[in-house]
Amino acid sequence: MKFILMMGMKAGKESMSKGIMSWPKQDIQAHIGFMMAFNKQLKEAGELVSAEGLAWPDQAKLVRAGEDGIPITDGVFPESKEFLIGYWIIDVESPERAYQVAARASSAPGPGGAPLNMPIEVRQVMSGPPEELQ
Amino acid sequence: MTRPSWDVPIEQLLRELTPLVLGTVVRRFRDFAAAEDAVQEASLAAAQDWPRQGLPENPRAWLTQVAFRRMADHFRSESARRRRESEVALEAAYAPDSTAIETAPQEDDTLVLLFMCCHPALTPASAIALTLRAVGGLTTAEIARAFLVPEATMAQRISRAKQSIKNSGIPFQLPTSEERAQRLRAVLHVLYLIFNEGYTSSVGPELRRSDLTQEALRLTRIVHNLQPNDTEAAGLLALMLLTDARRRARASAAGELIPLAQQDRALWDRQQIAEGVALLSATLPKGSVGPYQLQAAIAAVHDEASRAEDTDWPQILALYDLLGRMSDNPVVRLNHAIAAAMVHGAAKGLELLDTLKLDDRLADHHRMDAVRAHLLERAGDRAGAVRHYRAAAGKTGSLPERNYLLTQAARLSSELGPMSEQE
Repeated sequence: MKFILMMGMKAGKESMSKGIMSWPKQDIQAHIGFMMAFNKQLKEAGELVSAEGLAWPDQAKLVRAGEDGIPITDGVFPESKEFLIGYWIIDVESPERAYQVAARASSAPGPGGAPLNMPIEVRQVMSGPPEELQ
Repeated sequence: MTRPSWDVPIEQLLRELTPLVLGTVVRRFRDFAAAEDAVQEASLAAAQDWPRQGLPENPRAWLTQVAFRRMADHFRSESARRRRESEVALEAAYAPDSTAIETAPQEDDTLVLLFMCCHPALTPASAIALTLRAVGGLTTAEIARAFLVPEATMAQRISRAKQSIKNSGIPFQLPTSEERAQRLRAVLHVLYLIFNEGYTSSVGPELRRSDLTQEALRLTRIVHNLQPNDTEAAGLLALMLLTDARRRARASAAGELIPLAQQDRALWDRQQIAEGVALLSATLPKGSVGPYQLQAAIAAVHDEASRAEDTDWPQILALYDLLGRMSDNPVVRLNHAIAAAMVHGAAKGLELLDTLKLDDRLADHHRMDAVRAHLLERAGDRAGAVRHYRAAAGKTGSLPERNYLLTQAARLSSELGPMSEQE
């Protein structure tokens, strides 16, 4: 079963400055080191399908099709909006295993090396059809 | 096993030769993990060389020799590190005696490899990947593509599977006769999972994955030929033939699922149905009836009806009764309820569903809602059917099935009209 594990971040300058940008160097390094080791473990376990980090929310644009399909972009978001900043897609034996992996990601170290315990959204990736419909 | 003929495509020839060559190499060197790598490398080399230089006179000896050389390289690098292996042993490995290759045991090796790769100590995903590579002769890249994961991930899954085999000390030999039956069940289960993986995902744009179905059929045929008296191996082969026979009818050109009752039966593969039915008819009288034979029998009853309304439902209901007594599978119980509804009316089916609600494995299962929706529709309760089709659509993990369920709900609710939507 495949699952996507999504990591979010609030928009807005204030919440971002509280984030990783204001951490001391060794805490940032510890965080990055944790994530790299985490991805390596998933790969070695034969469970990693893909992992990507996304550009930060202040780079995000909302796009709609305007007249003649011309893109209309909008880059101002409410402070409260939660943004996807990175995700993993994993292929595991059970939902329980996916939750275990998500909890591990959630415990990535933050300021002072304390676990962030950030929320990770876990959703199943839709698969092929069932055996037979009667 | 038949000798591989010279005019089959190289890819197919390599798949047939893989377990035979691997058996020889493991017997010689007693290191399954390294031997498996060596044979895969030999096979990749053959796939590159043979199309350009033509088939060698004895492809099997060619592959074995290349694999032996790889093993020698492997041990040499090991010994360079550990300074333990003697040069003499290496030279012996270098020059295999070709008569020894020809007379080495063949049939049993394939079976021994299957028992090893499908060992209960492995997780299903590991057993599947290892079986496809070591016995099926597929490359890691092909297996990765079939399961839509990166090649590096699949390579790790295979190497972990081999590590588990090493750690649990599983020997390269046939299981004892006491263990044999149980271990064969494990092999059949892995082959069944490979078939299902291919069958349930070969709708729409991912037709490539039906390769898995064909590979499962090929391997099950080998097991059946090696163990002709095992009635469940025959039953599984029949089940695969009778199910796969419907593959062209189970989805529209656009990839929309078509349920059994609405399939165009002219698209069913008559020849494959005939083979499955003949196999099953020869097997059932042997008396040792198991779940695969019963599922095959149910598939045969469906396949033999030329129109959906001609289906012999009392026969199917009787078979589900038997199957339900043999295995405590919740999906079997759901299908039993459908069969009961077809024989005794929708009310009977709904009554059975109410008793199934108490089963924790089914209480929140999307198939429970899907079946209830189907039966409510048959009973004339359209609004209730719409509700349950939607509930099922919200819970299923399959995209084509979700599309199907949403379409059913939309069809019924448009028949109901906007007023009844409110309830």
